[in-house]
Amino acid sequence: MSKDIIVKKGLNINLVGDASKTLEISKNSKYYSLYPDDFHGVFPKLTIKVDQKVKAGDVLFFDKNNEEVKFVSPVSGKITEIQRGERRRIVSIKILADKKIEYKNLGKLDAKADKNKIIDYFLNSGLWPFIKQRPYDVIADHKISPKSIFISGFSSAPLSADLDFISKGYEDKIQTAINFLSKLTKGEIHMSVRKNSNSELSNLNNITIHNVSGPHPSGNVGTLINKVSPVNKGEVVWTISLQDLILIGSVIESGKFSAERIIALVGSSIENPRYIKTIIGSQISKILDKGIQDNNRIISGNVLTGKQISIKGNLDYYSNTVSVIPEGNDYDLFGWTRPIFDKISTSRALTFSWLFPNKKFSLNTNTNGEHRAFVITGAYEKVFPLDIYPMRILKACMYKDLEEMEALGMYEVAPEDFALTEFICISKQPHQEIIRKGLDLMKKELG
Amino acid sequence: MGIKLSLHQLKEKFKGNMFAPAFNAFHTFLYTPNDVTKGGTHIKAADDLKRTMNMVILSLVPCLLFGIFNAGYQHYAAVDLANGIIREASFLGNFITLENFLLGSTKVLPLVIVSYVVGLTVEFIFAVIKGHEVEEGYLVTGMLVPLIVPVDLPLWMLAVAVIFGVIIGKEVFGGTGMNILNPALTIRAFLFFAYPTWMSGDKVWVHQAVERTGTAEAISGETILGMHAQNIPIEIYDLSDMFIGFIPGSVGETSKILIILGALFLIFTKIGSWRIMLSTIAGALFMGLIFNQVVDLGWITETSKFYGLMSVPFWEHLLIGSILFGAVFMATDPVTAAQTLKGKWIYGFLIGFISIMIRVFNPAYPEGVFLAILLMNVFAPTIDHYVIQSNIKNRLNRIKIKIS
Repeated sequence: MSKDIIVKKGLNINLVGDASKTLEISKNSKYYSLYPDDFHGVFPKLTIKVDQKVKAGDVLFFDKNNEEVKFVSPVSGKITEIQRGERRRIVSIKILADKKIEYKNLGKLDAKADKNKIIDYFLNSGLWPFIKQRPYDVIADHKISPKSIFISGFSSAPLSADLDFISKGYEDKIQTAINFLSKLTKGEIHMSVRKNSNSELSNLNNITIHNVSGPHPSGNVGTLINKVSPVNKGEVVWTISLQDLILIGSVIESGKFSAERIIALVGSSIENPRYIKTIIGSQISKILDKGIQDNNRIISGNVLTGKQISIKGNLDYYSNTVSVIPEGNDYDLFGWTRPIFDKISTSRALTFSWLFPNKKFSLNTNTNGEHRAFVITGAYEKVFPLDIYPMRILKACMYKDLEEMEALGMYEVAPEDFALTEFICISKQPHQEIIRKGLDLMKKELG
Repeated sequence: MGIKLSLHQLKEKFKGNMFAPAFNAFHTFLYTPNDVTKGGTHIKAADDLKRTMNMVILSLVPCLLFGIFNAGYQHYAAVDLANGIIREASFLGNFITLENFLLGSTKVLPLVIVSYVVGLTVEFIFAVIKGHEVEEGYLVTGMLVPLIVPVDLPLWMLAVAVIFGVIIGKEVFGGTGMNILNPALTIRAFLFFAYPTWMSGDKVWVHQAVERTGTAEAISGETILGMHAQNIPIEIYDLSDMFIGFIPGSVGETSKILIILGALFLIFTKIGSWRIMLSTIAGALFMGLIFNQVVDLGWITETSKFYGLMSVPFWEHLLIGSILFGAVFMATDPVTAAQTLKGKWIYGFLIGFISIMIRVFNPAYPEGVFLAILLMNVFAPTIDHYVIQSNIKNRLNRIKIKIS
């Protein structure tokens, strides 16, 4: 069964450095690192010590707030360092990898397994952290059954991995994952694919396919949820990203936690943007080409929602993209008034990107102006397809009015839904951070 | 790159210092800062608030230039008229002249300078006290203010009004982006109620008309609106004068064609809200039409003091007074206007509607545009509230449908 969704509001950000469809195997990383911060809201409680040997799939830590949710090692090797920050908060867990990865036998999941068995399997094999929920955009609560599950089958964000490419040949694994997940919800599993893309994903069973057309954020899972069945108060939906479905499927079929992942290496600072097969937690320096200049920003994730990492950092747990773009730490003479041809703008205020709708831009990380109070109205709405008043909800988050936040639709949103409004904001307000803090506050106060 | 580097070093030196905001305000006019994104989106669109505000200022420059010439022209035309010569305005013949420019600029430029210097000084002081950056809001306000006052307004009055307007109209609410009332109109309202003899009447609109009152060289300083209000037939101005702007009035709001050009520029750059402009005009036309009907039905006769303005053809209301200027540059201020799309339609329509109502029914001060906009500024949050309520209700209804 398939249905059509047309997204009218939004903005495609065309950037230089899209990955060509060639796949390369990355060099083996010597060290692997896990950052508990990748799992928002999780308080890690370690189950391992420094110098301990672990196999791939061995538990490294669990969540103090929800002890059943366990986080496992992507590789086998020896724990070499547990880096701590302020108040002994765990920053990263570093593993010196074996030459040949040894896997813990997690057992295979029987096709007839019932709901509780599936949940236990997911929790114990480290698969649960891949299931996220709305409201609050955090790792799902396994005690609550979701009304439905949403998966985005294509990405519309700038310089993001082509999901058709990275899922090619893994359709059976995705199908396996979907078959088990469908037992965890009374509702349906919804997946979006780009209309007229002839995606192989359209042939999956046990799933409702939605053909989505329109500009970014048409590929965001939040847009799909809003158009199909928005989250009401008291309801929960789950979201899983496509590359994590592949991982889930392969663990279920093989009983081994193989944390392999195809990532897109993109951005204007990359000479030869392409796809690379690597492992979660790999050192970024092994993925990147040699000779990346100092004055570049390396982002685990896409340029709108990703996380900045240093050249010594590691790939994070969820990303399927590594973007590298130039830093913009330079002054621009009369940058506020001269005609601008080389940057993207949604206005025509002596900015001329509207003349070149298909041009690919090379943007840097300059803020193009200073932080200001909200002034302009009506601009966010043009790039924001959800049935929500974006500026209202941002302001409600800023003055922490829980009742208003709830009424305006906070249960439906995740920070990434506000990435485009943040991109075009002339007041340079941190929209995603405001929404994240708002969601955290609601979760704390309202549970 | 000598300047860039030395300014950068100065900036580092000022960092954390109480004068950093003041230094940065100047520095950022020369160079967009070297700030990079931290968290959130790693790239940003090209526009910032300075660019946006600058576009509004650019759209006002033609009105200002025209206002300078017009200030001179109206003075000499009135002098001629007092001597029995009726001038036929011609753009290149007797309007764009050095004589007009010299007189006009000596009157108008001081207004601009006082408005900016006083207003920005207040903004700088508040920025330093509160330790935030100097926001650009006043750049537009400072330009608007000289355009909406009579040409002979004493500079000290303007200074007092600007201080009042910036502090009470804006800073007490928390500065740019937080104010409820349009600061430029707050300044005008203060002038209007504090110094009414300098802000209304039949003398103030032409240079020297006040000074010469009672002397042998007395000249008229009356606006078309004032003549209508007194049921005086309009003889010396025709429609093209009104459209091009060869008429007395506040400094920058007489030329309708330049205001329309400014409006088109703002709409094209996507900075001004065409919804507000259009709905304001619609509201004004609608009210004008109602009054025309009242006259046609014979409810108001020529003896009535409202007859003059009520019988003005409804579309002509757009050519006289400041309704067009208000619709394009004042009502569209995004901070004080309604913020929702539906709300903007309602807000604009009511501004136009009330403007013409005040214009007709208050002949003592025959211009209602600024009062109407200030009034709707106050009600804009209420309009938005009801628009947003429908979104909230839809959300609640979703749950109800599920339960039932």
